[in-house]
Amino acid sequence: MYYAIFGSLMALTATTVAVAFVNLGALNFPVALAIAILKATLVILFFMHVKYSSQLTKLICGTAFFFLIILFGLTLTDYLSRGWFVAPGGTAGAGTQLTIGPAAPPAGEPGAEAGEGEAAPEP
Amino acid sequence: MADGLTAHAGPHGDGQAHHPDLQHHFQTLGQQQEAATLGMWIFLVTEVMFFGGLLMAYLLYRVWYPEAWVEGSLELNIVLGATNTVVLIGSSLTMALGVRAAQTGAQKATVGWLLLTMALGLTFLVIKFFEYREKWELNHIPGPNFTFEGPLAPQMQIFFSLYFGLTGLHALHMIIGFTLLSVIAWMAHRGRFTPEWYTPVELSGLYWHFVDIVWIFLFPLLYLVDRTH
Repeated sequence: MYYAIFGSLMALTATTVAVAFVNLGALNFPVALAIAILKATLVILFFMHVKYSSQLTKLICGTAFFFLIILFGLTLTDYLSRGWFVAPGGTAGAGTQLTIGPAAPPAGEPGAEAGEGEAAPEP
Repeated sequence: MADGLTAHAGPHGDGQAHHPDLQHHFQTLGQQQEAATLGMWIFLVTEVMFFGGLLMAYLLYRVWYPEAWVEGSLELNIVLGATNTVVLIGSSLTMALGVRAAQTGAQKATVGWLLLTMALGLTFLVIKFFEYREKWELNHIPGPNFTFEGPLAPQMQIFFSLYFGLTGLHALHMIIGFTLLSVIAWMAHRGRFTPEWYTPVELSGLYWHFVDIVWIFLFPLLYLVDRTH
């Protein structure tokens, strides 16, 4: 039976690598994640014997994923929903992205306009 | 185990002979094994949360800098990544077979499977080393010497920080697992395990499979998902 599980895991690995070269747009991420979850489930149930373990072990194993979903779910509901609603006096882009990197002084600052003004008359 | 039973019966003074590997606060070997497995699972839950925090950082920065994630995926070597996936899942198979062998009391087979698992684990680490060395030569290690052509350089540094953080901690777990297995293999070689008591083999197996599962998620997330965008 272990060999059959190994075979399934190999087949799923081949699938996920193959799918990576196909542009599914927004679907690439969910598909890859679904395959990874399926592979992890096979390993947990059979290689780690959870299928044949006590109810208590199953419960403990389940809590790991329960709390993982809370961690991802609650954090992403915050970050992904930023900018959906604009509070009075706020901007739609507030908090949606952290800007990093050099250059790009904020628009409207005197320094930025002066810089462009110097570059423009050259030609 | 008749010898073990009689040898251990004497000094207790209660006349209760028992298996030499049964701790006194447990009533049966089955109960002891159940408690040990449960404890290992609780530890693995903390490990899931440990990697979960890093994966959360990965997800958030991926939402913020999708272009850098596309570039980053393309920078990683998919052939080496896929090879390592096969190697690691293969080592999970040999580990599972090793636990099975310990369970059925096949001592030679247990040692053999454990050594094979260690060899595959080492193969993984060697391949990982070559991947890291390539990044080192390209100055893709985050820090003062980090270089990356193009306007995405600062974001790329975050991608590579997460790449090295996630795969580095995974590799550290592999090294710990390898050390663990070398001790277990030595114990198996010395005939320490019996079908009644092989808990250390079972628990190291759980740890090894957990490390495998972490890679099952890291491989698609780092190497694959953003390749075609």
